[in-house]
Amino acid sequence: MSQLASIWGELRRGSNTITLFVVVLFAATVLASLSNLLLPESSALHVSTYTITLLGKYLCYAMLALAVDVIWGYCGILSLGHGAFFALGGYAMGMYLMRQIGDRGVYGNPDLPDFMVFLNWDSLPWYWFGMDQFWFAMLMVGLVPGLLALVFGWLAFRSRVTGVYLSIITQALTYALMLAFFRNEMGFGGNNGLTDFKEIAGFDLSADNTRIGLFVITAMVLGVVFVTSQLIMRSRLGRVLVSIRDSEARARFLGYRTDHFKVWLFVYSALIAALAGALYVPQVGIINPGEFSPVNSIEIVVWVAVGGRGTLYGAVVGAILVSYAKTRFTSLVPESWIFMLGALFVFVTIFLPKGLAGLLKRRLQRDDNGDSNGSTETTTGEARA
Amino acid sequence: MRTLLLLICCFVLPMAAAQQAPESPQASSSTNDTALPSLLLELTEANFRRMPSLVTEIEEVGGRTVLPLLTALQDGELYYQPGNRELVVRQESGGGRITVSDVFTGDVMDGIDTESLERVPINNRLRAVLQATIARILLFQGTDAEREQAARTMLSDLDEDNLAVLNEAIANEQVASVADMINVALAMNVLVTDAPQPERLAAVATLHGNLQGPVRNLLRSFLDDLGRNEQDPEVRAAMVSAMASIERKVRFYQLMEQAFYGLSLGSVLLLAAIGLAVTFGVMGVINMAHGEMLMLGAYTTYVVQLLMPEFINYSLWVAIPAAFMVSGLVGMFIQRFVIRYLNGRPLETLLATFGISLILQQAVRTIFSPLNRRVVSPDWMSGAWDINPVLSLTNNRLFILLFSIIVFVILLWILKKTSLGLQVRAVSQNRDMAKAMGIRTDWVDAMTFGLGSGIAGIAGVALSQLTNVGPNLGQDYIIDSFMVVVFGGVGNLWGTLVGAFSLGLANKFMEPMTGAVLAKIITLVFIILFIQVRPKGLFPQKGRAAE
Repeated sequence: MSQLASIWGELRRGSNTITLFVVVLFAATVLASLSNLLLPESSALHVSTYTITLLGKYLCYAMLALAVDVIWGYCGILSLGHGAFFALGGYAMGMYLMRQIGDRGVYGNPDLPDFMVFLNWDSLPWYWFGMDQFWFAMLMVGLVPGLLALVFGWLAFRSRVTGVYLSIITQALTYALMLAFFRNEMGFGGNNGLTDFKEIAGFDLSADNTRIGLFVITAMVLGVVFVTSQLIMRSRLGRVLVSIRDSEARARFLGYRTDHFKVWLFVYSALIAALAGALYVPQVGIINPGEFSPVNSIEIVVWVAVGGRGTLYGAVVGAILVSYAKTRFTSLVPESWIFMLGALFVFVTIFLPKGLAGLLKRRLQRDDNGDSNGSTETTTGEARA
Repeated sequence: MRTLLLLICCFVLPMAAAQQAPESPQASSSTNDTALPSLLLELTEANFRRMPSLVTEIEEVGGRTVLPLLTALQDGELYYQPGNRELVVRQESGGGRITVSDVFTGDVMDGIDTESLERVPINNRLRAVLQATIARILLFQGTDAEREQAARTMLSDLDEDNLAVLNEAIANEQVASVADMINVALAMNVLVTDAPQPERLAAVATLHGNLQGPVRNLLRSFLDDLGRNEQDPEVRAAMVSAMASIERKVRFYQLMEQAFYGLSLGSVLLLAAIGLAVTFGVMGVINMAHGEMLMLGAYTTYVVQLLMPEFINYSLWVAIPAAFMVSGLVGMFIQRFVIRYLNGRPLETLLATFGISLILQQAVRTIFSPLNRRVVSPDWMSGAWDINPVLSLTNNRLFILLFSIIVFVILLWILKKTSLGLQVRAVSQNRDMAKAMGIRTDWVDAMTFGLGSGIAGIAGVALSQLTNVGPNLGQDYIIDSFMVVVFGGVGNLWGTLVGAFSLGLANKFMEPMTGAVLAKIITLVFIILFIQVRPKGLFPQKGRAAE
């Protein structure tokens, strides 16, 4: 009971950011959906289904950025392999969608996806069983990446692999998974991945209503994940995590099992990433091993860095802004996007170490009291590696 | 393909003959005093039916001296000048350059219009005749190595002509290695003819453990039910034992070959990782753009070859210092303008350098196109060292193996014996104390980073000889390089050496069982697990510097 009360207290104390975030997200979602459904296509305010899908994609990226911010911003664990959890969640969802195609594939085989027929396989591999059930697939979305994160985190944090070493082995993890998923023998469609989806839980994937439904669900899930993460970070647990980030040895000497905290936070973060992946796949309509590539994972980190780590809303804003810029510039001047992305990496790390959120915070403080003598904001503390 | 060749020959030959017709009586009358020149003249106008006998006549008259002529003819490089019908050798070198040289002396002839030269045509039957003729000349008149080679060529082609030659040769053969080879050939012949049992047994004994391909094929066919299927139980038993000994040897040499490929992969890993061992291992800077330093080195090689197409054979010697300078300067630039401002924040350094790697990749893509570029291997790098018929080591891999060791030793020497190395080690151990002792740490940082990047550039030159040179060259190696350094132990060059070679060997020995990709995955997973057990690598740094 007292715990409930304390959570309620946290909610009220941190209500500013949370309310603002939820209200903005809610308003944007409702506006976009309604203008797609109600306004005629000729109207200037009409939001096309393409844009809705694009927005849904951005929200998935935002969730993924949130996942990285939870561990990097609050616990100093820089994972360069979070794309792996995202992709694993996506593959679990993709397998379900693949089974939903049924006999409508090119080869018309009711049990086997097209690529397996193509490879002359005569039965489903064991790990594909049950994937035609929605609940089972959803269970796998959480279970597989969660278990991987648990095992990997338990091994890594127990033997105190930290900082750069951890970053590099997470990168190796996603690289190894990428190589594995590229193999046809793995039974996940090899190079082409899983695609040509028809419907999800009985709804036609190409229909506008389904698209909007997916978009709204993504927004809701993002909202829930955001609020939950915000609550965790404002609770006692969150303070322990920040103390681990700032000085792991000291936290350990104070009696905290720092490795346990880190493992569970890592699993929590992996689950968010997997959820984002599962929501991403039905909206973009494809999942392939390219999602495992180390570059993708590093791009996530840049979203967080641009938005400002250790703030959660910064990660969301950063992901949406950078992804939007990517969409715009790759269609306008495809050559220069990579240059700009690279320059963004360098610029943000040198000139904007706290990201856009840091910029905003400084501006607000200056407006508040003119001088900022020794800000005691815990979340702005320099993350140590 | 063959029909096409024939068609072309049919078409070209009469034309050439028609062109030459008015001059030929004049030319033949002036060179009638010796046999060879007239035969050579006939070569330019003979048809394919006449050619084989003509070649034999030329051999009888000329002996060893006509060897270059016959070789050129066999390679399709024999041409003649339409005017005086003098035979010349026309060769095209790597860069599309055409050289014309004298048939017998090999001297380069200048001032000849290469376009007007007429080719002496050749077909497959003639090629076979030429091969036998050349082998015969070599067997009797060549050097010892040439003679052994000639006998070896005959193993796979034991017809009556060749057997006659071999029987003639063995009678007064003095050199053991040549005699052995001829005996093997004769023993093979004994087996295929209906010789009595003792002779056959002796022949099998001669072939015992012989690694020549034709010998293996012959024995295999005798042991195969569908092949020659040896009936005599005693001979068959001897053959089984001979085959077993051959296969034992083959397995051993295949193992050696795997080890060589493992070492070769190790040397590539070492080259890729050794620069990182300096920047990451000694300085503690995570340089994600390290792979792009390799790429820059490889592209420098490409540019150098573009600049000096006439001297491809020497291009690598120019490319090595050039690549060192290019990558080194880029590295110093990165250090001065980016990394310096992120001192002590390794994760930020990682991100910033990754951004730089993206920029460099895209720059190369924009300048050189996203397609792979072709880097030519100089002559001395191509070819192979044939130890025996089963085991041959390619020269480029051998050279790169050697090269990686040399680079390693030089780097070790720089770090241990020069004053720069002393300063580098001092700064890496205790920056403040080194500063207090009057070491210009800024300068040392820049130099160290330049050194590490420059070595990566040199590695890029070596890599350009083994793999495709493209914008993604660096990306393919960056994760491997980090794995090697982390596996070997950060800050320890010897660890990097041991790490690179053990990972290379492990990878190549796994490959036959698992396939290349799975072997790589297993290696990666192994390293991930290994780091859990020994977070500081194989050879951890000890003492206060480690903290």
